[in-house]
Amino acid sequence: MISFCTFTIQIMGMEKDMEQLFQEKIDKEIRIEPKDWMPEKYRQTLIRQISQHAHSEIVGMLPEGNWITRAPNLRRKAILLAKVQDEAGHGLYLYSAAETLGISRDEMYEQLHSGKAKYSSIFNYPTLSWADMGAIGWLVDGAAIMNQVPLCRSSFGPYARAMVRVCKEESFHQRQGFEILLTLSRGTEAQRRMAQDSINRWWWPSIMMFGPKDDESPNTIQSMKWKIKRFTNDELRQKFVDICAEQIKILNLTIPDPDLKWNEEKGHYDFGAINWDEFWQVIAGNGPCNKQRLDARKKAWEEGAWVREAATAHAAKRAQRLAEKRA
Amino acid sequence: MNASLINYTLHLADNALTIGHRNSEWCGHGPVLEQDIAISNIALDGIGQARNFYQYAASLSGNGATEDTLAYLRDVIDYKNLLITELPNGDWAQTTLRQFLFSTYQYFFYQQLEKSTDRQLAAIAEKSLKEVTYHVRWSSEWVIRLGDGTEESHKRLSNAVTELWNYTGELFIPASYEKELIATGIAVDLSVIQPLWQQKVSNVFSEATIAIPDKSFAQQGGKEGIHTEHLGYILAEMQFLQRAYPGAEW
Repeated sequence: MISFCTFTIQIMGMEKDMEQLFQEKIDKEIRIEPKDWMPEKYRQTLIRQISQHAHSEIVGMLPEGNWITRAPNLRRKAILLAKVQDEAGHGLYLYSAAETLGISRDEMYEQLHSGKAKYSSIFNYPTLSWADMGAIGWLVDGAAIMNQVPLCRSSFGPYARAMVRVCKEESFHQRQGFEILLTLSRGTEAQRRMAQDSINRWWWPSIMMFGPKDDESPNTIQSMKWKIKRFTNDELRQKFVDICAEQIKILNLTIPDPDLKWNEEKGHYDFGAINWDEFWQVIAGNGPCNKQRLDARKKAWEEGAWVREAATAHAAKRAQRLAEKRA
Repeated sequence: MNASLINYTLHLADNALTIGHRNSEWCGHGPVLEQDIAISNIALDGIGQARNFYQYAASLSGNGATEDTLAYLRDVIDYKNLLITELPNGDWAQTTLRQFLFSTYQYFFYQQLEKSTDRQLAAIAEKSLKEVTYHVRWSSEWVIRLGDGTEESHKRLSNAVTELWNYTGELFIPASYEKELIATGIAVDLSVIQPLWQQKVSNVFSEATIAIPDKSFAQQGGKEGIHTEHLGYILAEMQFLQRAYPGAEW
């Protein structure tokens, strides 16, 4: 018993040293790789962060997928399909990055389907018109890029490397979204109306994508210390608002916020109060499409079960036949 | 002659677009993430091939025709795709089997079309063949996997064969506009590719432990504008914006 206690204390002492070394590496901007020692909480936080991101990519395919069969011309149809397919690819890199932390893709799916794991709340809003393909690209992908570019410098190597690729594609997505809105804004009256309505619906949910205000974001300090987050929610949100407030002028449309105005003193745009009740309601599962999105994912997974079983069974049969042939 | 060539080119474009559109319905709903990506990619290839053929048909037609007026402003009666391409996706067995039957047809078809006396068709065939070679590989692997997988997958694949087989006869029946072009070396002689298709299908079915139905009736009409009830719904969905907002730029 005594020796056990001593051993535990020694281990705890070692852990402390390891943690110190770990933090020193991070402070020196040395990347953490999957086989390196890391605090359990760092591992768990990253699993949560990366899997949540992966789930967002996969669930995010649904609102845009809703318009692939109705895209207005062949060029738009091909671009939208390629874009949604890119999201699947992002999901794939991200699930792979999370797997290096010791969790399987199936376990992550299980957490998504049971509601334990979250995904970006923005995808719980419906896509009601073609203009929504533009607004999602411009605002939603735009907000995502704002969040994701700093993640290319995440302290965790596999995540940072995945994000470099993701960001390249996202920046293309954002431009194509803006281009859809630009075309609509220069189109007929009906198209302008469609574009404005879409911005009206997506603006506030997009600025909520940066998460709660800094004073209500309890994990930010630790995450910034570990360099898995580089800027606070409010810093990124302000940067996003500043950019959009300028870009909307090119569209000659309106951001639905009467309080949005340039503040010379601060060198930033002021903007109106965010409806945080709505934010928390959507997170709690009460957004317009929470149920549909999760149901669609579960349906694809459940209806695909026999396909996956068949693939596994066939692979086993092949392996057996090959072994028999060799014997 | 020109009218036949336009019809023939539209037939090839409509085939590629319709199956591309159907496959795109899987995007976001596939059974495995990697396969979701694969089927979306195959859908994209179909849409890409369709665009090449439509652009050529538009240039032959003149009168302000574009790839989009041809795809979005023609009704069922003017669509000339094979019936098999417009059938609903069904389950993964039906989708992959349809892809296998159709891609194998396209593979041998494009190999012949590469030799067409029409240089533009030959060039599109050459480009498309690279893509279709992969589609055949991917889909035949799935047919084998499902046929030789579990009891359930075998049963589902057998059901898919029953569902689709009657639509394979049409692949080899030339339309009126096609016959004229075969004589001039522009269109593919379907009787040349039929035995090649049968051999490939027979080999893959055998590996998948699936029997080829010994009796069949060829459902036909698609190439001449007589379709199943399904195409109307595809077009209603696909053409919605162009029809609701005539003349708008997107």
